[in-house]
Amino acid sequence: MSPAPLARSGDAAAAPVLRERGQHEVFCGLTSIVWLHRKMQDAFFLVVGSRTCAHLLQSAAGVMIFAEPRFATAIMEERDLAGLADAQDELDAVVERLLARRGDIKTLFLVGSCPSEVIKLDLGRAAQRLSMRFAPEVRVLHYSGSGIETTFTQGEDACLAAMIPDAPAAAPDAPAELLVVGALPDVVEDQFSRLFAALGVGPVSFFPPRRAAAPPAIGPNTRFILAQPFLTDTVRALRERGAVRVPALYPFGAEGATQWFTAAATAFGVDPVHARQTLAPARERATRALARHREALAGKSVFFFPDSQLEAPLARFLTRELGMRPIEVSAPYINRELVDEELAALPGDAVISEGQDVERQLDRCRAARPDLVVCGLGLANPLEAEGLTTKWSIELVFSPVHGFEQAGDLAALFTRPFARRAALRV
Amino acid sequence: MKLAVWTYEGPPHVGAMRVATAMRRVHYVLHAPQGDTYADLLFTMIERRDARPPVTYTTFQARDLSGDTAELFKNAARDAYARFKPEALLVGASCTGELIQDDPGGLARALDLPVPVIALDLPSYQKKENWGAGETFYQLVRFFADPARAAAAPATKTRPSCNLLGATALGFRCRDDVRELTTLLGRLGVDVNVCAPLGAAPSDLARLGHADFNVLLYPETGDQAARWLERTYGQKIIRTTPIGVNATRAFIAEVCALTGLAAPADIEADLRLPWWSRSVDSNYLTGKRVFIFGDATHVLAAQRVAREEMGFEVVGIGTYAREFAREVRAAAAEIGCDALITDDYLDVEHAIAALQPELVLGTQMERHIAKRLKIGCAVISAPAHVQDYPARHAPQMGFEGANVLFDTWVHPLVMGLEEHLLAMFRDDFEFHDGAGPSHLEAAPAPQPEATPSAAAIVWSHAAEAELAKIPFFVRGKARRNTEAYAALHGVAAIDVDTLYDAKSHFQR
Ligand code: SF4
Ligand code: SF4
Repeated sequence: MSPAPLARSGDAAAAPVLRERGQHEVFCGLTSIVWLHRKMQDAFFLVVGSRTCAHLLQSAAGVMIFAEPRFATAIMEERDLAGLADAQDELDAVVERLLARRGDIKTLFLVGSCPSEVIKLDLGRAAQRLSMRFAPEVRVLHYSGSGIETTFTQGEDACLAAMIPDAPAAAPDAPAELLVVGALPDVVEDQFSRLFAALGVGPVSFFPPRRAAAPPAIGPNTRFILAQPFLTDTVRALRERGAVRVPALYPFGAEGATQWFTAAATAFGVDPVHARQTLAPARERATRALARHREALAGKSVFFFPDSQLEAPLARFLTRELGMRPIEVSAPYINRELVDEELAALPGDAVISEGQDVERQLDRCRAARPDLVVCGLGLANPLEAEGLTTKWSIELVFSPVHGFEQAGDLAALFTRPFARRAALRV
Repeated sequence: MKLAVWTYEGPPHVGAMRVATAMRRVHYVLHAPQGDTYADLLFTMIERRDARPPVTYTTFQARDLSGDTAELFKNAARDAYARFKPEALLVGASCTGELIQDDPGGLARALDLPVPVIALDLPSYQKKENWGAGETFYQLVRFFADPARAAAAPATKTRPSCNLLGATALGFRCRDDVRELTTLLGRLGVDVNVCAPLGAAPSDLARLGHADFNVLLYPETGDQAARWLERTYGQKIIRTTPIGVNATRAFIAEVCALTGLAAPADIEADLRLPWWSRSVDSNYLTGKRVFIFGDATHVLAAQRVAREEMGFEVVGIGTYAREFAREVRAAAAEIGCDALITDDYLDVEHAIAALQPELVLGTQMERHIAKRLKIGCAVISAPAHVQDYPARHAPQMGFEGANVLFDTWVHPLVMGLEEHLLAMFRDDFEFHDGAGPSHLEAAPAPQPEATPSAAAIVWSHAAEAELAKIPFFVRGKARRNTEAYAALHGVAAIDVDTLYDAKSHFQR
């Protein structure tokens, strides 16, 4: 029942990467505010940007408008651009009004944008000044989610990295702790906590924490494992605090989750037999859930446009557990250290691409006529209209898809477009 | 710096995209970072367009800023031309592009492309979406309809003709309004010469001057171009927005006066609103208190329809389009209500909460506000969400538009007969409080919410019990009215008498 070992001949990790520098059809890092503000409910995200930034957030979050969401945009206007000192004062005034109205805010993130970066508005200075002013009730942190520096999920990376210097230090002789890094839905965290407890791995904390004001302690005895593959800067910041990474596949699918939990168990010296036995029931459930989907997907080809950085692990999951055939797997950027193992699990004839030239990529996609295209919302309907079957990648970021219990749901996201095509007689 | 939670309008380059996307055979090269490509999904998802907007983004990155972003722009423009072969290339910058001051117009012209380059100068830090759409359309019209460049008029012309101006992509029911008016004008004996921007190519704009007059459908986007055409070609502008029965009649009268044509006798054959409004079931609509907010075109039209054709009481109107503040204020003064001119949706929420209307006509923002306040709402204006781009023909303009208005505005309200049944049989299990209107999805019963100012006021048990006997769909209002009355008269404890005192106080 266990899949073949990962290392194979002709793997895609060794193959050259196609690097593209044309139009990138991807979101900027501001977009991750849409899930970060749900995750950390005591935090507020104030984007310092333009009307475009506000409009982006609204369009990306448009699916559900909350009474008063825990994010907003300080829209810069003509007079803010005239003189910088002025802009800092204006920002103070905006923050003051915001905090006066929202007493529930414990952590305020000032989020930089393209315009604020281009005019070099120093949000670090602003955060420091405002932190001093509003301490201890409110901490003010800052990071950039600008489109000139970050894509989509990189916004989470920047946010988490910004929180680390503020986390308490764990004593050098503190017992080993496991830190699971990358935002996960609460329901998934709870499942993971139960499995770690059964394995005897712990104590475990999650980062980002549910309350931004209570980050976990980090120190040289912190072992961290990534739940998300897009956390380059966070990894660096954790290492600066002495924390050590537990490398693993990402917990997508039965195989990914098994490997991920096993890696954590091994790092905590858990007996391998105990680990295998503990994980077995969950793994079997996941495998059973996947079987039906495998029937629908096996042999079908898939083409990934760059979007969330989840492309490599998802392609690995689709290839190895569902029998799909990846034609092209692209990501906005590739951090070898974080996804090498995932790429190694892909067949050697899959094109791995980094960055994008959307027109040329569309040409390749049309020529390849894949059975399924995974792409962003701007491309999905036009490709459907051309007769291709698509899956919007944003759903993969917004839905619970990690771990054993979600493996079937994750696969279902890919079978649904086929099922719909088959169901329609119009 | 201005704090914004939700915005009614995007940046001006999104307005330019609405024009470019509505048209044929143009391409827009936008100097912008990658995140700005989100705007594509407005068109492909919300409007369900089956093609990408004709826009190329340069998607410059931080590392390009120290290098040559101008070169990046030139390459993008050259490639876009080679790939899409448009009749005209629009070029411009988004908010970030504007800051790096690369002069897209100059750069594109230096490429010596075989097609005209229209440089759009849209100040992102001062202006907004509708302005951007209007300015873009104006620039295109001014260029292509320039008499020196315009197409020669056809030798023979049998019927009078007009242009339809202002319809864009992502507008509110533009597709259906254009079809409705084209049919209506056709029955009057008037041909549509050019409809623009929606469906027009630059070569069509070159024929704008051939029409006898212009119909300005949406002043937000078409006004500037219409004025220029009036100056240049002496084309009269019909400004009456034919939304509602009376406005459509007035529109027809204007067209007839201008052309000397007579409307055929059966022009109103399919008009049903007047009878639907007069039929007895509609009695319950009388005096329903309505709040209206949106763009100027739809708000100004809706307030008239609401009063004259539905028998509602308009308790407040407003717009986010500051450019039209004067017109909206004038309309409000005429009705005797306040005009709310703001683009801050929190202001709108406060206004609605304070006015406690029974129906809100607004944008998707007001839909959410109304949902939270448990008030019925129909969407009448952009910005709108995916369900406001229906598959069926659902115009706002013309006589069929009037029929559609009746249906959609009444839908959120409890139906007349049903309202009476609910009142009469409220103790019956099928008509219990939680049942709600039978034609709407099961919604939780409206929860009476105490107004904040009334926090200190207490209700006696007897008064609470009496309140519970009032049908649920007016109970919230009764509670608020009673509390307002108590607060006004310094009553700290509400008993049954207070309830009825308040009732008589507020009775109209
Ligand atoms: S209710 Fe939510 S999903 Fe529906 S239109 Fe409004 S924002 Fe969109
Ligand atoms: S790409 Fe830049 S300007 Fe555009 S929305 Fe993102 S941060 Fe704002």
